[in-house]
Order: sequence, then structure tokens, then C-alpha cells
Amino acid sequence: MTIASWTQWICFVALSAGVVIGSLGVVLLPNIVYSAFLLGGVFLSVAGLYLMLNASFVAAAQVLVYVGAVNVLILFAIMLVNKKETLAEIPGLPLRRLLSGGVCAGLFLLLLRVDVTTPWAVPGPSPVGNDATIRIGIHLFSDYLLPFELASVLLLMAMIGAIVLARRDVFTVDVITGEDVDQALIEKMRTPLLVETTPTQNPALEATR
Amino acid sequence: MSSLPVDVPLQAYLVLAAILFCTGVWGLINSRNAVRVLMSIELMLNAVNINLMAFSSYIDGQLIRGQVFAIFVITVAAAEAAVGLAILLSLYRNRETVDMERFNLLRW
Repeated sequence: MTIASWTQWICFVALSAGVVIGSLGVVLLPNIVYSAFLLGGVFLSVAGLYLMLNASFVAAAQVLVYVGAVNVLILFAIMLVNKKETLAEIPGLPLRRLLSGGVCAGLFLLLLRVDVTTPWAVPGPSPVGNDATIRIGIHLFSDYLLPFELASVLLLMAMIGAIVLARRDVFTVDVITGEDVDQALIEKMRTPLLVETTPTQNPALEATR
Repeated sequence: MSSLPVDVPLQAYLVLAAILFCTGVWGLINSRNAVRVLMSIELMLNAVNINLMAFSSYIDGQLIRGQVFAIFVITVAAAEAAVGLAILLSLYRNRETVDMERFNLLRW
């Protein structure tokens, strides 16, 4: 074996160890903040695997989108909902875990059997290597143009949908003008600046009407 | 170690992706915390992406269609994470919990 293949094997083993251990940590660790950071480690390891598979552009996209956006979004969600709560005991939870573990192990064995027994058509044509980015650009603007445009529409819909779903609608009435005041995007319920008060409590405000 | 093949075979990547996918499925079924469920979905999407990239590099080396598909999967995953976390935030406001066992609004 040459130095190059040794390096390839060592990189593969290190990156896959990172992926497997990190994913087990994501699923099993009790503290969810550790899980989120380990998820970032898994994403980085997967990006390294992409680099080994001659896909530098997708590796960069993986780091930018997954580590930079999705993982940060998950961390923000954890910070927004991270209230300490004691989960109620569910009867038969260990049995459930064991059964689902068995199902997952069976699924893994099935996938393993398919992986090993299928006669894959390797070696295929030689990989394009550094020209992959150019090929991806050509694909995106010729035969994959429609999915590309649909993806942009999907991202727009997801952005609008996320804003609509996550906003908090607090409708109050302005006491002076009597119009509806839309105080959306207020994270915590708090008293608006001009609450509707009884006239006797605030005679000065009543005088301004 | 000398019995190893010279290059990392395609099957090694596929087995790694299978391990990652099954870990994600187990976490998806068994997590009580809703944020962890979303993380498990991301793990499963990454496993699928590893498969696509491995096939693209080993079998479809010239027309790297697997890489294009992986880019679309990454796009959809980003949209899914944004909408999923927005739904989770909305649920948390209504229910004051992230316990998956108590999210049964549509069950009966």
C-alpha cells in the first residue's frame, strides 16, 4: 500500500469514527446542548467525507448551510425552549426502546446485506475531481433548471411560513385612536405601553381624548 | 492492514451511511425532546446525502448527478429545519412543553 492509500484509509476511519460517535452522542446524551454541538461535529465530519469523495463544492455547501445555518438555528431553538422540565414517566418505555432498537438493528442488517451482496458497477468512469463545481453549475442551469427554480420558490415559502408560524400575535387596541395595534413578534407576553385602562384610573389620558 | 484494498471501497461509505441512518431512525422514534427529533431527521438526511455522494463519485464520476441531488437535499433540509423549528416554537407557546408524548393535539 502506498502513502496515498494509507492517508485515505486513515482519513476515512477518523471521519467515520467522528460521524458514528457524534451521531450516537446526538441521540443518547441527556443534555441537549451537548447534542447540538455534537451535531455540528457530525456535519463537519460528513463535509470531510465529501472532500474525500471529490466533491469540494458540496462540502463547502454542507459547512455553510448545515453548520452555519441549521445548527445555529437548532441552538437558537434550544435557547428559546430550554425550560427545565421533568418528563412524566411513561409505562413500558424501556420495552419500547428495546423494540425500536431491534427494528433499527433489523433495518441496519437489511441495508448491510444489500450493500454487501449487490454487484455494484465499480469502477465506473473516473471522477472529474476539481471540475465538479463547473459540472454542477452546468447541470443547475441546463437539465436541472426546473428543480433549481422550484428550490428557490420552496425556500421563499419556507421563509414566509416560518415567520408566520413563529410570530406571536398580540392584538391590542390603541386607547387613543381606537385602532388595532398589531404588536407581533413580541417574544414574552408583557403589558403594552398603552393598555386599555378604566377611565377612572387614568384621568389624564381620558382628558386627551 | 495489508489485506485492505488500496482505495476505500464504495461499500464502506454505504455501511457508514446505513449506521448513521439507523441511529437517526432510533433517535427519531425514541426522543422525548422535540428538538432532538429534528436533529435526528438531520442525521437521516445526512446519511442519504453520503449515499448520493458515494454513488456519484464511484459510479457516476463524469455526470455527477448525485452531487446535484445532494445540493437539492441540503436546500430542502434547510427549509425543513426552519419550518420545523417554527412549528416547535409555536407548539411550545401553546403547550409550554417540548415533550413529544404531550403533543397529541391531532390524535383524537
